[in-house]
Amino acid sequence: MTGILEVKHLIKQYPGVTAVADISFSVQAGECFGLLGPNGAGKTTTVEIMEGITPATSGAVYYRGEPMGPHFKSEVGIQFQATALQDFLTVRETLRLFRSFYTRGLNIDELAATCTLGEYLDRDSRKLSGGQRQRLLLALALVNDPLMLFLDEPTTGLDPQARRNFWELIRSIKARNKTIILTTHYMEEAYLLCDRIAIMDRGRIIAMGKPDALLASHFRDMILQLPRDDFKVTPGALSEKVMDAGDYVEISTADVNGTIRTLLQQQVSLARLQIRSRTLEDLFLELTGREMRT
Amino acid sequence: MIRRLLSVLKARNLEFVRDRSALAWNVLLPVLIVLGMWFLFSGGDKPLFKVAVLHGNTALANLHNPFLETRFIDFFTVTDAPDAISKVEHNQVDMLLDLSDPAAPRYLVNGSSPKGYILEKILTGEKDRHYRREIVSGRPIRYVDWLVPGVLGMNMMFSCLFGVGYVIVRYRKNGFLKRLNATPLKAIEFIAAQVASRLMLIMSITIAVYIGTDLLVGFYMAGSYGALLLVALLGATSMISLGLLVAARVTSEELAGGLLNLLSWPMMFLSGVWFSLEGTYPWLQHAAQVLPLTQMLEAARAVMLDGAGILQVLPHLLALAAMSALFLALGAASFKWKHD
Repeated sequence: MTGILEVKHLIKQYPGVTAVADISFSVQAGECFGLLGPNGAGKTTTVEIMEGITPATSGAVYYRGEPMGPHFKSEVGIQFQATALQDFLTVRETLRLFRSFYTRGLNIDELAATCTLGEYLDRDSRKLSGGQRQRLLLALALVNDPLMLFLDEPTTGLDPQARRNFWELIRSIKARNKTIILTTHYMEEAYLLCDRIAIMDRGRIIAMGKPDALLASHFRDMILQLPRDDFKVTPGALSEKVMDAGDYVEISTADVNGTIRTLLQQQVSLARLQIRSRTLEDLFLELTGREMRT
Repeated sequence: MIRRLLSVLKARNLEFVRDRSALAWNVLLPVLIVLGMWFLFSGGDKPLFKVAVLHGNTALANLHNPFLETRFIDFFTVTDAPDAISKVEHNQVDMLLDLSDPAAPRYLVNGSSPKGYILEKILTGEKDRHYRREIVSGRPIRYVDWLVPGVLGMNMMFSCLFGVGYVIVRYRKNGFLKRLNATPLKAIEFIAAQVASRLMLIMSITIAVYIGTDLLVGFYMAGSYGALLLVALLGATSMISLGLLVAARVTSEELAGGLLNLLSWPMMFLSGVWFSLEGTYPWLQHAAQVLPLTQMLEAARAVMLDGAGILQVLPHLLALAAMSALFLALGAASFKWKHD
């Protein structure tokens, strides 16, 4: 099936560095597609090529089946990872400035309502909090009522509450059938928002698919987590894989009942036992063998 | 296109007028220039030479020395001869006239001082030749009349080059240009808005300084204000465009500052802001013609001092227009929205 955006054999090389190493994928209309990976994985470079901001060394990006033309910028919205706005302008003036660049789009009040900026419209944009500022940047990306929205690490640096509020906002935008391309290194964010994800590392896509399907295809086990102080087991008593997790130990098991029985036989206290499913972060670590880099 | 251009222009103007410190400085600087000119040039013609006179107990007025009647020379009494000689040695005084012994008057000049040389010629005179004297009349043009276009032009140059160049580099460095590049805004629209914004600002300030200085000092204006306005507009446009060209690709404020200084300092000295280049090397005079400030000042002085009309200064206007078009075209073609 042809997607709204097709990436074909994309390569981006800088002197001495291959940032993107021959990747191909397509994004379907109306889906939220996540590009995950640590800093330096190549996801921002990939997205900037898809946005038409950075030229590719080779390969191509097709928008609605054609090479990106002049109409592309009018039909997409972009929220960069880090961007400055014009100083000394209010939120309203900033929105008006960006609205004037497009022939069609939303009016300021609509945007303010969508991004819950109503009470800040007359505030100097430099005086917004982190969450308010991210909502303004999102409003600027929505100002032309785009068909497709690029969000590059939109919640980096936000506190947990602001991050969750932002997720709600993205969900409401997604409900309007907008195509969203999201880059993030927060696995929880990707799991909650994305219909499909691609995990990148060292410029390559190392896994791609629906989050649950990816987890199911890679993991059949559960994780039992115990405080290290409680984990007093005779060596060799447990056949399962035991992993170090700081103050905790994590036991990977496909037979939760059997493992718990063994632990009880070893007179291990289970008062602080936690059982969890595998997460995207586990998948990332499994695939790359490295800690997440921030 | 016009709507986008006007929006960027309005936003830039709002940014400028709300930046209190920048606004205060841009308003204060012209006021200081006006006051400086008033201080320096009010009160009529200043003496050209300084002559210290040693005259013992006899009052200066009672000496009846014709040389002491010479106009435009500031004669003042000294009593400490060694101190006065030291000042002559260091060109702090142009001549020491020692009349303490009326029977044996003497003068001391520094052999390397041009002013001392002139004063010596005036004092000793040329007795063996006679020239016919003819008087011409006309309104004299003072140094201040000649200097005003230079100082105004210099202020415009700094404002145009640095006021635009630094702003663009800052926008690029903090990612604002990259954000604009993600919209349908074109480089030429953004650049044209920056030119228009700075043009509005610099013309307002220059007109205010011109009026203020004229009220305080009063200077010569032989030509039409319309022609002068056209010269100023084209001159400012060419220098703003030059600032934009410098800032078209630069991502470092330090580098931008260096490049802008590299342009502004030669212009300050070679474009005739403070002194005329007449009498210097011909190649230097030719080289100075490629500087927009030279073209603007020559045209402005022709209008203000010689009463030239638009036709007479047309070559300068065409040169300024061509420079503006060239700098803008190069700036737009090489414009970079983001740093690598």
